[in-house]
Amino acid sequence: MKVLVPVKRVIDANVKIRIKADNAGVETTNVKMSMNPFDEVAVEEAIRLREAGTAQEVIAVSLGVARCQETIRTALAMGADRGILVETDVELEPLAVAKLLQAVVEKEKPDLVIMGKQAIDGDCNQTGQMLAALLGWAQGTFISKLAIGQGTAEVTREIDGGLEMLSLKMPAVVTVDLRLNEPRYASLPNIMKARKKPLERLLPEELGVDVAPRLVTLKVEEPPKRQAGVKVANVAELVDKLRNEAKVI
Amino acid sequence: MAVLVVAEHDNTEIKPATLNTVTAAGQIGGELAILVVGHNCRPVAEAAAKIAGVGRVLLADQPHLEHHLAENVAPLVASLARDYSHVLAPATTYGKNVMPRVAADLDVAQISDISGIESADTFIRPIYAGNALAVVQSRDSIKLITVRGTAFDAAPAEGGSAAVESVPDTGDQGLSRFVKQDLSVSERPELTTAHIVISGGRGMGSGENFALLETIADKLGAAVGASRAAVDAGFVPNDYQVGQTGKIVAPDLYIAVGISGAIQHLAGMKDSKVIVAINKDEEAPIFQIADYGLAADLFDVLPELAKELDK
Repeated sequence: MKVLVPVKRVIDANVKIRIKADNAGVETTNVKMSMNPFDEVAVEEAIRLREAGTAQEVIAVSLGVARCQETIRTALAMGADRGILVETDVELEPLAVAKLLQAVVEKEKPDLVIMGKQAIDGDCNQTGQMLAALLGWAQGTFISKLAIGQGTAEVTREIDGGLEMLSLKMPAVVTVDLRLNEPRYASLPNIMKARKKPLERLLPEELGVDVAPRLVTLKVEEPPKRQAGVKVANVAELVDKLRNEAKVI
Repeated sequence: MAVLVVAEHDNTEIKPATLNTVTAAGQIGGELAILVVGHNCRPVAEAAAKIAGVGRVLLADQPHLEHHLAENVAPLVASLARDYSHVLAPATTYGKNVMPRVAADLDVAQISDISGIESADTFIRPIYAGNALAVVQSRDSIKLITVRGTAFDAAPAEGGSAAVESVPDTGDQGLSRFVKQDLSVSERPELTTAHIVISGGRGMGSGENFALLETIADKLGAAVGASRAAVDAGFVPNDYQVGQTGKIVAPDLYIAVGISGAIQHLAGMKDSKVIVAINKDEEAPIFQIADYGLAADLFDVLPELAKELDK
């Protein structure tokens, strides 16, 4: 079995973001970038499938600027076998990403695509579902458990009311939630080894995909700020404030 | 203009987030239709027909739609979407699962989790865990949107009298099969619609200790939530999680107990009207956004709070 894992380069989850002075977007120059945390979980799951002998090859794919190579190298250092970068300076929307991934899937013919359920920058939560639709494949979204059966993927999904178990016909796309696994850290020897692993570069034009945006971001603004309130000394004061000042209980 | 709202339901009842989505649809304007997709769900369609402002109810009632599998629901929504300028669904795990599949079928962008409507083609949506708000304009002929429930009031469930009409089926795609659901059963209000929410974090120490929160929740008629740390630690199930990747809540009162206040948690609750933080660490970031902070040990505070509420 061959597994494809898309990985996205995003502002590190621990960085406090800054909005550009002209409100055109969020500042990314001189900001620490990392792999989207959900994608780390996806990479980890793919590697575990290979370690268990269920999968034979894990391919990490990233789409975007040349420096997305770093994100692919991180996946390779974690244990992915090879990488593919689809290089473009266009700010890609989920639909364009899904179309590019569709082209990569048609080229590589994986049995399973494992990806993050959302990226922590755009918070869109779209790409996996779109990819599954474009391919005409089954989808298992927001999964916290994955087991490969005979031509099926058995998934447990985290839904609003609790958990849902589905059986997906393979090939399939699954999108992962954070509780699926605990991603490993790449060891130094593996980081060194990752530098020698193959990384192929492609262009959207070579894949025949139009990546022009459909949405225009008119501006990006600060949300309304909440002010810190008061400290209360004890429970009696708290209940009094809630009853008589805020009037919420 | 005509707007189609995809209703979320369990074949018996309409989920409340649908009513918030109807309000968002009303702000866009034009004729409003609701689509009910499921099996043996005519009562849901009849309830949808009574929602104020709804002009038509479309009903797709088929065995293969019973479990709302995205692979079967999406083609059906897409087959109807071309008659509408906007297609909206709640930004719940249901809407998030189905709608991008519809968008891909229609070759249009999706605008996720909108919290405001500026005009028929311009919408406000939170990005970066709500640390920024993007104003985006769509160039697509069909605007495909998921709606953040807490950002719009619920439409009145009564007052309308729309006709219910059946729509043609698009078939079973045979790609996925429902196995089972394990749903949390609770007598307490649902997290996203409760007026009061009390949440526990890692500081709760164990799942058993959540009983302390439940006692207070029952006195206040509140829902119980949790931070990701508490869910990851196995104290409570995933459906308790409030935050960027869990549930978004905006109750009148949010009580955060033993929660430090990571930005991913704040993303899910910072639009609450009044926030109370109880944490023994005086430096915890949660205090920076709390209206009332009590820096004390939660194991002392919670029993005392239960007593005080009885007075």
